[in-house]
Amino acid sequence: MSSFDLIVAGAGIIGAACAQSAAEAGLRVAVVEPGAIGGGATAAGMGHLVALDDVPAEFALARHSLRLWQAWAHQPEAEFQRCGTLWVADDEAGLELLRSKAARLSAAGMIAELLDTAALRDAEPALSHDVAGGLRVPTEAVVYPPRIAHAMLTRVTALGGALHHGRRVVSLDADGACLDDGTHLSGPVLVACGCDTPALLPELLMRPRRGHLVITDRYPGWLRHQVVETGYAASAHGDAAEAVACNVQPRPGGQLLVGSSREFGRAESAISPALLARMLRRCFRFMPGLARLKALRAWTGFRPTTPDGLPYIGALPSRHDVWVAAGHEGLGVTTALGTAQLFVDLFLGRAPRLDPAPYAPLRSVA
Amino acid sequence: MSAILHLRIDGIAVEVPEGASVAAAVARATRSFRQSRHGMPRAPLCGMGVCFECRVAIDGEPHVLACMTAAREGMQVRTHG
Amino acid sequence: MAEGCEVLVIGAGPAGLAAAATAAANGARVALLDAQPRAGGQVWRHDIAHGASRRARRALRRIAPVKRHFGMRVVAADPGARTLLAEDSLHAREFGWDRLVLAAGARELFLPFPGWTLPGVTGAGGLQALVKQGWPVAGRRVVVAGSGPLLLAAAASLRAHGARVLAIVEQAARDDVHAFARKLWHWPDKLAQAARLRMALAGVPIRYGAVVRRASGDSHLQTIDIDCDGRVETFECEYLAIGFGLVPDTGLARMLGCGLNDATHPAIRVDALQRTTVDGIHAAGECCGIGGMQTASIEGAIAGHAAAGNEAGARALLPSRDRARRFADALAHTFAPGPCVRMLADDTTIVCRCEDVTWGELRSFDDARAAKLATRCGMGPCQGRICGAALAELLGWSWHGHPRQPLFPARLSTLAFDSLATFP
Ligand SMILES: Cc1cc2nc3c(=O)[nH]c(=O)nc-3n(C[C@H](O)[C@H](O)[C@H](O)COP(=O)(O)OP(=O)(O)OC[C@H]3O[C@@H](n4cnc5c(N)ncnc54)[C@H](O)[C@@H]3O)c2cc1C
Ligand SMILES: Cc1cc2nc3c(=O)[nH]c(=O)nc-3n(C[C@H](O)[C@H](O)[C@H](O)COP(=O)(O)OP(=O)(O)OC[C@H]3O[C@@H](n4cnc5c(N)ncnc54)[C@H](O)[C@@H]3O)c2cc1C
Ligand code: FES
Repeated sequence: MSSFDLIVAGAGIIGAACAQSAAEAGLRVAVVEPGAIGGGATAAGMGHLVALDDVPAEFALARHSLRLWQAWAHQPEAEFQRCGTLWVADDEAGLELLRSKAARLSAAGMIAELLDTAALRDAEPALSHDVAGGLRVPTEAVVYPPRIAHAMLTRVTALGGALHHGRRVVSLDADGACLDDGTHLSGPVLVACGCDTPALLPELLMRPRRGHLVITDRYPGWLRHQVVETGYAASAHGDAAEAVACNVQPRPGGQLLVGSSREFGRAESAISPALLARMLRRCFRFMPGLARLKALRAWTGFRPTTPDGLPYIGALPSRHDVWVAAGHEGLGVTTALGTAQLFVDLFLGRAPRLDPAPYAPLRSVA
Repeated sequence: MSAILHLRIDGIAVEVPEGASVAAAVARATRSFRQSRHGMPRAPLCGMGVCFECRVAIDGEPHVLACMTAAREGMQVRTHG
Repeated sequence: MAEGCEVLVIGAGPAGLAAAATAAANGARVALLDAQPRAGGQVWRHDIAHGASRRARRALRRIAPVKRHFGMRVVAADPGARTLLAEDSLHAREFGWDRLVLAAGARELFLPFPGWTLPGVTGAGGLQALVKQGWPVAGRRVVVAGSGPLLLAAAASLRAHGARVLAIVEQAARDDVHAFARKLWHWPDKLAQAARLRMALAGVPIRYGAVVRRASGDSHLQTIDIDCDGRVETFECEYLAIGFGLVPDTGLARMLGCGLNDATHPAIRVDALQRTTVDGIHAAGECCGIGGMQTASIEGAIAGHAAAGNEAGARALLPSRDRARRFADALAHTFAPGPCVRMLADDTTIVCRCEDVTWGELRSFDDARAAKLATRCGMGPCQGRICGAALAELLGWSWHGHPRQPLFPARLSTLAFDSLATFP
């Protein structure tokens, strides 16, 4: 029988999280994924669980999700490590940003400690002496997203869900979804196809935003916190054709994950040597010793980006029983759990724990 | 006869002929070059710079391939085994 | 700005040396790069105790007019800009070319079995390479195992450096090896080579159709168990030098967009003039298929002529190249790993040495990418060069996507090299 309570198209972190929440709520779920589980943006990203606070709706979703991530803190497949975030600034404007960020995070009930230069040196000896101030958010963490997506799907199938692996949803109709092998699945459909969402839902605008990352060999103890320059939020929320910001993460095994870059209008996955060089030099400015460390590999990934930077979560009023959860830009790992909870609440007609209005898919259709 | 080079491997003095690799010098002091991710001892496999099992720290620089590096007078080598 | 030259040759083994010398003899301005500190590649690797062979010395003399950069490893390539990025122990440098010759050679195929990660278990060619550069084996007990003629060559070198070679353990069946040996008269120079090896190895027992089941020891190798027709034999030894033949090195070629053939361990696809599928890029030697030193030298010369625009010179060498390739094909057929060496690993045997991923964790996956994402297999510093080849052999997985830079671990400062001048 190919009738389901919910058909999820896409097994990135968003589709996997939604499928898991739905299955745990007792729904009969089918998941369709053409590639590797968590093999899209989910495999290419950093997996930093961080509350970006300068856009209120994004902040709310991230904060709520961070609480939900607690449940994964002791699951080995999450490779969860509470390294904390250290925001750093090397100029007056940056210091000002640190202070306002500290105020906003504290007001929201998060721990946020301003560090002077001495405390900064102590916390992170690798930082340049030109770094003038820091803000530590000790509760934030890093995870390994593709393994989590895999674990979520394992949970879904253990609860009786069906996984159509190696298959793709090619069209939606009044009664469900058609797959590329001719199979028809009936039931409500959730489109969680990341950057590929417009292929099924052309009315939703989405641009892939390319990012470069580099992973190093193991240097245990070299860095303790995920170090992010204050300019990162501006690069994430700005609309520049090309931007770089220092964002360096210690992996649990001692490797460092070095980012970040953002580009619109680049569809190819090949590395841009010039932009990679620019990104790395930006990082050397904050951590000069990085230059000597050995890179194992560089790659690119694509962030699914909506015109206003907020994800689409909810039903498409113009269609019958078609839902979407996509467009989480550079924060989709963090916000996956909150997204899943919000989606299931809306889907089952329960009172949502967050105001869903800012994420309504309609807002861009209008 | 070629010259003799003097190196220290984890503090142990070793001598090798000129032209020898750092791997050859390390082999005179210890059998384990590094520890694997789960703490198992490892030593050179390929001898030609592809397996990365021979990584040691040379003069403070970590993750140098001992099999691809010529020994030089006075080198201080640290293994992780 | 990139340092330019007319013909840039990557790899200074027999193929690259021949290519560089031949291109230079045709009047081209040539540069030669190799990651090793000295020229010679694998077979002509400088032996600090015994010096270089006569052939090697001759080949090295012929590159006198060539600009040499040794200890320089190519870590990235930009085919559009025709530049390569390389680093040595201190600096990064960029090289440009009009014609490029890839002569990156091959690496050994290792198949996992219980105990293969113990110190003392090395490649067959691997131990030979280490010993030539001063690794002490005098008086040490060594068993040489795996498959192919490289075992004999390695055993002979080890013996020449004073090792006690207890046995050679060849997985191929005795009858197949003997049938191959009877065909050797087609290639008189090979016959002579075989005779020399036999003499050098007088008294060393050879077990055919035999495999190493297990290597054991506390923190380093102490004993190995050999399975020969169901009979288990145990050897006490300090070293096990084991390899199952060679696989072509195609990483740089793939980064440059060159097409490969569809073998289990793909090689770079070339035409009669050693041209790859990318305009201006030639390839020669074992990166185009395992063929031995002589094939590599001939192919290198063809590529050198062709890269310097002397097509007639290249064509004159085609008959000898074809003859050499025929020998290589017969060899590959005889020593192809048989089913017994594919079933050695148990669930606790490490397959990915960089990330300590076991056979038990891997064998349930359908493909390399899914396994990699879930287990980190192939994500370490060797970037799947060891485990990827093993899994291609054991499970038929393909690891041959478009490789990302750096090709080999490289300093971040190298990747941040100011290349704006050449990458507008
Ligand atoms: C460089 C970079 C760094 C990042 N860093 C972070 C970070 O530190 N923290 C953080 O929270 N976020 C980060 N992100 C963002 C995060 O990775 C993404 O927002 C998130 O992974 C998006 O998940 P997704 O499931 O929507 O998309 P994807 O992971 O791309 O999943 C979509 C899936 O849908 C499948 N699909 C496509 N079409 C179809 C179809 N027709 N039928 C069925 N399936 C289909 C695809 O195969 C794919 O698996 C980063 C992203 C990048 C690129
Ligand atoms: C938190 C985190 C940590 C990560 N850590 C690492 C890490 O430590 N190491 C790492 O490599 N990646 C790491 N990654 C990268 C990531 O898994 C993939 O690289 C990413 O999914 C991008 O996929 P891709 O399409 O580029 O390549 P892949 O999915 O990796 O596919 C590319 C194919 O090309 C092959 N290939 C690439 N380079 C070579 C080469 N030089 N020689 C031979 N074959 C080659 C690969 O084996 C592979 O089959 C990490 C990702 C995350 C999110
Ligand atoms: S022994 Fe393999 S890289 Fe040095």
